[in-house]
Amino acid sequence: MNELIIGRYLPGNSWVHRLDPRTKFVLSLIFIFAIFLATNVWGYLLATIFTLLAVALTGLGFRVFLRGLRPLLLLMLITTVLQLFFVQTGTVLWHWWIFTITTDGLLSTGIMFMRFVLIIMFSTILTLTTPPLAIADAMESLMAPLAKIGVPVGELALMVSIALRFVPTLMDEATTIMNAQRARGMNFNEGNLIQRAKSYIPLLIPLFINAIKRAIELGDAMEARGYRGGDNRTKYRQLQAGPRDYIAYLAFALFVLLLLGTHWLPGMVF
Amino acid sequence: MTPIIEINDLSYTYPEGQVAAIKNLSLTIEKGAWVALIGHNGSGKSTLARLLNYLLPAQAGTIKIAGLPVDEEHVWQIRDLIGMVFQNPDNQFVGATVADDIAFGLENRAVPRTEMIPRVQAAMEKVRMAPFAEREPAHLSGGQKQRVAIASVLAIQPQILILDEATAMLDPQGRQEMLDLVRELKAQAGEDLTVLSITHDIDEAALADQVLVLNDGQLVESGRPADIFADAAKLTQLGLAVPFAEQVKQSLAQAGITVPKGYMTTEGMVNWIWQSISKQ
Repeated sequence: MNELIIGRYLPGNSWVHRLDPRTKFVLSLIFIFAIFLATNVWGYLLATIFTLLAVALTGLGFRVFLRGLRPLLLLMLITTVLQLFFVQTGTVLWHWWIFTITTDGLLSTGIMFMRFVLIIMFSTILTLTTPPLAIADAMESLMAPLAKIGVPVGELALMVSIALRFVPTLMDEATTIMNAQRARGMNFNEGNLIQRAKSYIPLLIPLFINAIKRAIELGDAMEARGYRGGDNRTKYRQLQAGPRDYIAYLAFALFVLLLLGTHWLPGMVF
Repeated sequence: MTPIIEINDLSYTYPEGQVAAIKNLSLTIEKGAWVALIGHNGSGKSTLARLLNYLLPAQAGTIKIAGLPVDEEHVWQIRDLIGMVFQNPDNQFVGATVADDIAFGLENRAVPRTEMIPRVQAAMEKVRMAPFAEREPAHLSGGQKQRVAIASVLAIQPQILILDEATAMLDPQGRQEMLDLVRELKAQAGEDLTVLSITHDIDEAALADQVLVLNDGQLVESGRPADIFADAAKLTQLGLAVPFAEQVKQSLAQAGITVPKGYMTTEGMVNWIWQSISKQ
């Protein structure tokens, strides 16, 4: 579990930490699309430099980000290796039975791998430097226009924030139930697949029942405190974009323009 | 004295229940009083608390809070008047952080943000949780969570504070802190705050001005804590705990020592024992 840094928040006070979560959210999304604008070596070079710069600005150290890639390495390898054998155009480098490796295949494999690495690194910047709650706030704020077409944004935001708030509580409870069942002679990691799946029933059912009880009590407490639906509520928590955010947007716009510019640079075009 | 809670011939039976949880209950609570409601499990205490702020609709009889009838029409006015703290500290914490949770009730009442910030701050300071403003509930103790629950109630400035077994899940230290806090708040607010504490805890009930004993949905006793707690036999018969000083008194009486009649606090008992020893 400690290996997985996706979705983990590492507190800090760097330049990136202090950005408005909305800025980070929007820029991460745009980055995923922008990366596809890179069509040659120069484009990827630029994207790599930009990503490394952003990583440096988080002040968290490059190693943390590499650790984030590790759990996904297998997935990345499987996808890219498939790509290697499916692309059949270009000069044949190696051939055996139905497997052929070509120059084009190698190239597109490299590109795909690069894209994965860059996208994952860039999106971990968001989760590593932003508390989950701020991400939920950002999503609510960005979804606000959807309220006009009848999407219950306020309710959705409340649901997300309550869900996030209960994650550690339910995790604690799951551990407690698991230990209680172990104390009664339950073994969770033994037997074949079906036996193992069955052994989780004594954990899941109490967990569900308790979650429902919690929901009822929470509902009562919310009503007692005057909650009557998402409309006409004010908000305590407020996001504020500052000069820092405009600089980030500007830098990003410049990056996209430069990326488009690399199309006209000589070099391998893929 | 003006009554703030008036209950008249109230009855309630749960849809799945065989017997009534509350049966023909009538009682009045004065403004500014501190009343403890005691009774064994299933005596209808919590049902009554839920009926008071319309979490449950009354089936027969009427309830009036500060002159307003408790019904569908007045439910939001009633809930502005009543602040409720429930038993489980985890299951009533709505906000993601301490400050958010305290602000929740204000958000619901559409209080503007500029006014909300000082009110949240003041409520946090009252319960001494200000240094924990940005703390998440997972990193707070049970007692701290209950203090936040009280602060979130204080932020909406209610006239009635209902503690529905609010100390039941706390450790002795957390419980003592809570009781000290409620006592302090009551002293500050004076007549402006009516406290109704529903409890199993004898020490908590002993703090009250008046104790009501509920048994099977009916009011069986009402009086000053001293009078109620002096009758150890009756308390045991109703399934309630006997205060420690009374237990000592009983044991002494059994050992053939003449003990004073009437209720004694632990402190009073200690003084009496000192006096009787030094007389010898």
